Amino acid sequence: MMKEAFTNYKTPSSQLVKVAEIAAPYRDRPEMLMKVVTQVQKIVPAFTDSVAAVIAREMNISQTQVYSFVTFYAMLSVKPRGKYIVRMCKSAPCHVLGAKEIVREMESLLGIKMGETTEDRRFTLEYCPCLGICDISPAIMINDKTYGNLTAESVRSVIKRYIREDVE
Amino acid sequence: MEEMHVLLRNKGKINPEDAGSYISAGGYEGLKKALKMTTEEIIDVVRESKLRGRGGAGFPTYKKIQFALNDAEPKYVVCNADEGEPGTNKDRILLSSDPCSIFEGMAIIGKAIGAHIGYIYMRAEYSYLVPILESALKTSREHGCLGENIMGSGFDFDIKLRSGAGAYVCGEETALFESIEGKRGEPRYRPPFPGVKGLFGKPTILNNVETLANIGPIFMNGADWFRSIGTEGSSGTKLFTVCGNVKRRGVFEFPMGINLKDLIYEVCGGLEEGRTLLAVQTGGASGAVINKDQIDVMLDIDHVSDSGGRLGCGTILVIDDSNCIVDIVRNNLDFFRDESCGKCTPCREGGTRLYELIDKLCQEKGNVKDLETIEDLAETMRLTALCGLGHSTAVPVLSSIQNFYEDYIKHIDKEGCPVCSQMGGKQA
Repeated sequence: MMKEAFTNYKTPSSQLVKVAEIAAPYRDRPEMLMKVVTQVQKIVPAFTDSVAAVIAREMNISQTQVYSFVTFYAMLSVKPRGKYIVRMCKSAPCHVLGAKEIVREMESLLGIKMGETTEDRRFTLEYCPCLGICDISPAIMINDKTYGNLTAESVRSVIKRYIREDVE
Repeated sequence: MEEMHVLLRNKGKINPEDAGSYISAGGYEGLKKALKMTTEEIIDVVRESKLRGRGGAGFPTYKKIQFALNDAEPKYVVCNADEGEPGTNKDRILLSSDPCSIFEGMAIIGKAIGAHIGYIYMRAEYSYLVPILESALKTSREHGCLGENIMGSGFDFDIKLRSGAGAYVCGEETALFESIEGKRGEPRYRPPFPGVKGLFGKPTILNNVETLANIGPIFMNGADWFRSIGTEGSSGTKLFTVCGNVKRRGVFEFPMGINLKDLIYEVCGGLEEGRTLLAVQTGGASGAVINKDQIDVMLDIDHVSDSGGRLGCGTILVIDDSNCIVDIVRNNLDFFRDESCGKCTPCREGGTRLYELIDKLCQEKGNVKDLETIEDLAETMRLTALCGLGHSTAVPVLSSIQNFYEDYIKHIDKEGCPVCSQMGGKQA
């Protein structure tokens, strides 16, 4: 099972109350797990032991099932991630148009490697499979916003904006 | 060359969020006709149209409908909007520009098999399209084209939206069912097939977004009209997503059978100045890699597969000479090993080992024996993997070895590949 000590991150109990509120209406409806975790992910940075336990209790399913589910899907995480998850397409259409240069630029600007989260938990850099916007590759997605036709200069200005202001 | 817009007829012309706008453009007319027909009559129209699935496999659509003709209740119609094949955007274009045409196709199939509930399973990467779909569903209900007693026919049909959370394998039909049921998206063993036991253990028909969008126009204009477009074995139009090193990228609609060379050079303007064509990969990461002498080919389901390729979902990735083919295959394999769900051994282990072997070649540490091992392993995966993901991992590997043998030999001879020595990707 998830070891919170592993990341030293604990979900605050105020958030757990909100998690329970999201999950409670779906008691005995295991097919709604995707909807529950998608909503929960908007308020917690990680599916910790305690978050999984609350979802399991409220939906009347096993905690193992919740863990098994969240560890399967790439967009769900048991490790805490940043407020802004920057996803870089790793597939061939972006690869042949210079994705590597974009990665290099983002890593140097944020001072972290792909797969890591900044210390202030503002940014997580991740690779992802094709975003389906190959008409504007190389492309990234920050939370649910997409940015394409990127160059070293333009990705720098996109990230800088997210450093300076809260983009909703 | 002029595009022929059947599926894209409403793109940019109607308000995709408003069913009323779709109706004014002639929408839901096909459904209106189908509602007056019997199951057999509906299947006859679909059979005569010779419509084949647009998701990749090219399976005749009427046969899928026939598989679900049994007495079990309830039944489901599922739309596969988990467009995950690298380089493919066509479903996104349909979902965002004309969602009601997809609902119409689902309702017609629902009427044929007696299903009253449809699900659209959309990939999480397209979450920004959810508000468009929700409002298109709402207005369709308000216009009496979905919901109870559609157009006064007594037939009920409604559609629910479901979302993924990042898993390519969920585009496989049984994995998609598992995911809708709130489980890990791992493919099931077959039989039983979805027509007998699909979603929630009930008879289910699953179709690709583009396949469903074809059904309304077929019922509105007739099977003969549809068959008059395209080629003998592949009727209708096809959405092609052209991406990579080409001047004009995007989704283009042409009758089945357009020449690949014309598509790249005439429609998309060819490559950037100073670059020459190295390869084309048709059908996404799971498609075949062909060389520049092989691109004079008609793009329809049978012609492409006869020439050793795969039309798949109609993705055309153009690769120029700033790239290395072994590096491209490594990129494909990196994708497959990440996306393997891990349920069956051939795919879980085979995908990783194939990646390691190709990576070894890229690092110029490989030998001819490795090439044999790669071919053997790829063939084993093709024969033994549980689902299409494991089967298709072999396609880019085997086709590239066949069509770019010289390039592989250069890596074995350690001639110094400028791309691979920089850890891959485009070179300045």
